[in-house]
Amino acid sequence: MKKAFEIIDHAADIGIIAYGTDVEELFSNAALALFSLITEPESVEEKLHLDLEVSSEDRDSLLVEWLNELIYLFDAKHILFNRFDIESLTHNQLKATCHGEGFDPMKHKIKRGVKAATYHMLKLDKNSDGYKAQIILDI
Amino acid sequence: MARWQGQLIKIDDYRWKIPENYKSGMRVPGLIYASKEMLESLREEQALEQVANVAFLPGIVGYSFAMPDIHWGYGFPIGGVAAMDIKNGVVSPGGVGYDINCGVRLLRTSLSEAEVRPKINQLINELFLNVPSGLGSEGKIKVSQKEMNRLMVEGARWAVKRGFGYEEDLDVTEEGGCLAGAEPSKVSDKAVKRGMPQAGTLGSGNHFLEIQVVKEIFDPHIASIMGISEIGQILVLIHTGSRGFGHQVCTDHLRVMEQAVSKYGIKLPDRQLACAPIESKEGKDYLAAMACAANYAWANRQCIAHWVRESFSKVFGKSAEQLGMKQIYDVAHNIAKIEEHTIDGRKVRVCVHRKGATRAFPAGHKDIPIRYKEVGQPVLVPGDMGRCSFIAVGTEKAMAESFGSTCHGAGRVLSRGAAKRSIRGADVIRELESRGIIVKAESISSLAEEASQAYKDVTEVIDVVHQAGISKKVAMAIPMGVIKG
Repeated sequence: MKKAFEIIDHAADIGIIAYGTDVEELFSNAALALFSLITEPESVEEKLHLDLEVSSEDRDSLLVEWLNELIYLFDAKHILFNRFDIESLTHNQLKATCHGEGFDPMKHKIKRGVKAATYHMLKLDKNSDGYKAQIILDI
Repeated sequence: MARWQGQLIKIDDYRWKIPENYKSGMRVPGLIYASKEMLESLREEQALEQVANVAFLPGIVGYSFAMPDIHWGYGFPIGGVAAMDIKNGVVSPGGVGYDINCGVRLLRTSLSEAEVRPKINQLINELFLNVPSGLGSEGKIKVSQKEMNRLMVEGARWAVKRGFGYEEDLDVTEEGGCLAGAEPSKVSDKAVKRGMPQAGTLGSGNHFLEIQVVKEIFDPHIASIMGISEIGQILVLIHTGSRGFGHQVCTDHLRVMEQAVSKYGIKLPDRQLACAPIESKEGKDYLAAMACAANYAWANRQCIAHWVRESFSKVFGKSAEQLGMKQIYDVAHNIAKIEEHTIDGRKVRVCVHRKGATRAFPAGHKDIPIRYKEVGQPVLVPGDMGRCSFIAVGTEKAMAESFGSTCHGAGRVLSRGAAKRSIRGADVIRELESRGIIVKAESISSLAEEASQAYKDVTEVIDVVHQAGISKKVAMAIPMGVIKG
């Protein structure tokens, strides 16, 4: 199976490279990568779901906004997600149902805080294998 | 990572210039404060390219500056300073950073190393219990939406009114702990929701609380004005910022600025430099929201300082007053300020972006506390937890040359990942313990990311700014106990 994402180093912070056969899978994998940095994704059960709508100017910034929305939900509402159903995705709008559960300190190990997805070195490319995106995260 | 091959012209042993013609689009040259030895490692990353990129920003005056602790940041380098003319210049959230008003506060005590050493474990445990730290740490104080509005406007004063610390702490805080122009209506509901539960928390990452021992006094007169009178005296350093609140303010306004860039026809070499004219609605809105986040950070450090005093008081059975726990100063390391500076003999109002840089105003400046009028504004430069920290003061030279700015810390040399692969958190604790430094952290594994080897030696950094004359060294202190978020 093709890998979904990888984690890369950046001087003071950390980055992710996400892959996808289509843009939907790419966005879903980027979100999975984000939560794999925050916690052990296996420890998260699907106990709740949340419908999200994110819009932006173009597809690159939509990816940043999408991750920032998830970062906000963890930081302010303490929700950890482990599955993302991307229901619709245009060049500037995304609708998704996100599955996960509330953070439980007895059950979930928090590996690091991710505070923002940035535009720094942001790349979203399509090649013969599908899509690939690089996003640097502020931690 | 490709090595930076750009041209650097030597001005003197501590100043290097990136000429304006290095890249078409630069409006001013770059000026880097560094030693020859530092330049080699600086060329290993692209931070110097970022110095050149910042020089593209409309309205930039003088130079695009880099302090010796410069490292690669988002858009702007960390350790970057840029001043923009308020009439035709821009303000850029990237020039402040995500952690708005990340900064440091230094408290002194009248305790000596001999008195604290036997109780250091107890003291660190007490502080660890009393000061909320770590990921997702929530405050002990409950802030309602209504109070949050006051906190955003009043900053540290809000905390003092609630009984955290003293009025006199405000006198020795940059801007009195309250940046004017804060407008809560320019802050998103999301930022408020992230901020409310995190008020009064240390947070994670590179934030820390450190008990220090004075090891060297370079200028006894200035040190005595700060209340530092002898080697072995105990100090407490608090390093934190505006938590998730500041990050959300930055994220929200970067998005607005993204649109502003095309609206105002600004050409940028890097998307993360997104900006808007200072006088535009977008620019003003950002500055009003940024002031809210700056004030949040000052309130945060004010609350933490109070719990530090409480903890010392409990462990030593004396009041904070009896223990001489006065505040020396509190400075911002990530901020944009409207200030008046003199350029070619002309007084100009500029927006000074300091990202990973410290204001360093000289003796006699109207904006520094009465206590420091004769000696200059204190500059607090923390190093990594295994080495040392410095106290310095601002100078006329800084005012004339770097818009009253200097360095802010050590500057990272190893990425977090590289540090984690080569260093183990448990080894860091053992190694520091063998040197008499007690460390307590919420996450042991993240300690490796903050190990000494991951940072430049702050001594080299301070020597450059001292030799270049943009700050004057006053004292040096080493850690004895550290709490990491």
